Amino acid sequence: MIVCREVIAFLDDYVAEALPPPRRSEFDHHLTVCPSCVAYLATYRETIVLARGSAVEIEDVPPEVITAILATIARN
Amino acid sequence: MLSMNDAVLVEGLRAGDGAAFETLLDRYGGKLLRLARRFCESEEDARDALQDAMVAVFKSIGNFESNSMLSTWLHRIVVNACLMKLRSKRRRGDEIDIEDYLPRFQEDGHQVEPSEPWAESAQSMLERDELRALVRDSIARLPENYRTVLQLRDIEEMSTEEVAEVLGITTNAVKIRLHRARQALRALLDEQLKS
Repeated sequence: MIVCREVIAFLDDYVAEALPPPRRSEFDHHLTVCPSCVAYLATYRETIVLARGSAVEIEDVPPEVITAILATIARN
Repeated sequence: MLSMNDAVLVEGLRAGDGAAFETLLDRYGGKLLRLARRFCESEEDARDALQDAMVAVFKSIGNFESNSMLSTWLHRIVVNACLMKLRSKRRRGDEIDIEDYLPRFQEDGHQVEPSEPWAESAQSMLERDELRALVRDSIARLPENYRTVLQLRDIEEMSTEEVAEVLGITTNAVKIRLHRARQALRALLDEQLKS
């Protein structure tokens, strides 16, 4: 019977579906009886979504930046 | 392994061909500036870091090994330029001690402080500017070693192997740092979102 410490220590592998099936079954069973780990797992997953979604997405390079870089390289 | 397009580009860069640098910026500039924007604290710093990185590319293209991926090598140079910029500006105390934000357990292995779900879903939170800013500020408080891995893996969506190559660390170190970074970020957000 695994406990919260082991579940949380390997939660990244659980989320990535990288655990071998017998180990994953142990995790799944623990999650049916431990509301705290269920909440930890849910907020761990939401943390990943929040990190990804909070990033600035602008991808343009303003022409003046390109001009400045090329001028600097030409001086070097 | 270099694609044919990148092989021609590297040849031009090594020959000091100015048009090759324009092609490099055209092909990779957008992605690299986006990367710099995510690492740096201001648009000005991101532009400066990209410029520093491109000068480093110009000076060290002779050392580029053709069996490497050009994009990974460029990422490494931009990340290093950003970290140099950040280190020159950061103050002691800006970063948390990660140990304080990792889960704690009782002797029997149960959590000391039981976790609770957040009231709002991540997707719903992302629709609000102030919560997106809160997440960015929380990421900025992670120690550099951890923040960098989280940014490259979870935000840039690079593979574990690519991150290991960019940072010059083992894949196991990437996995450990990523898990601890996510746990600490979760704890930082939990402080704000539970209340």
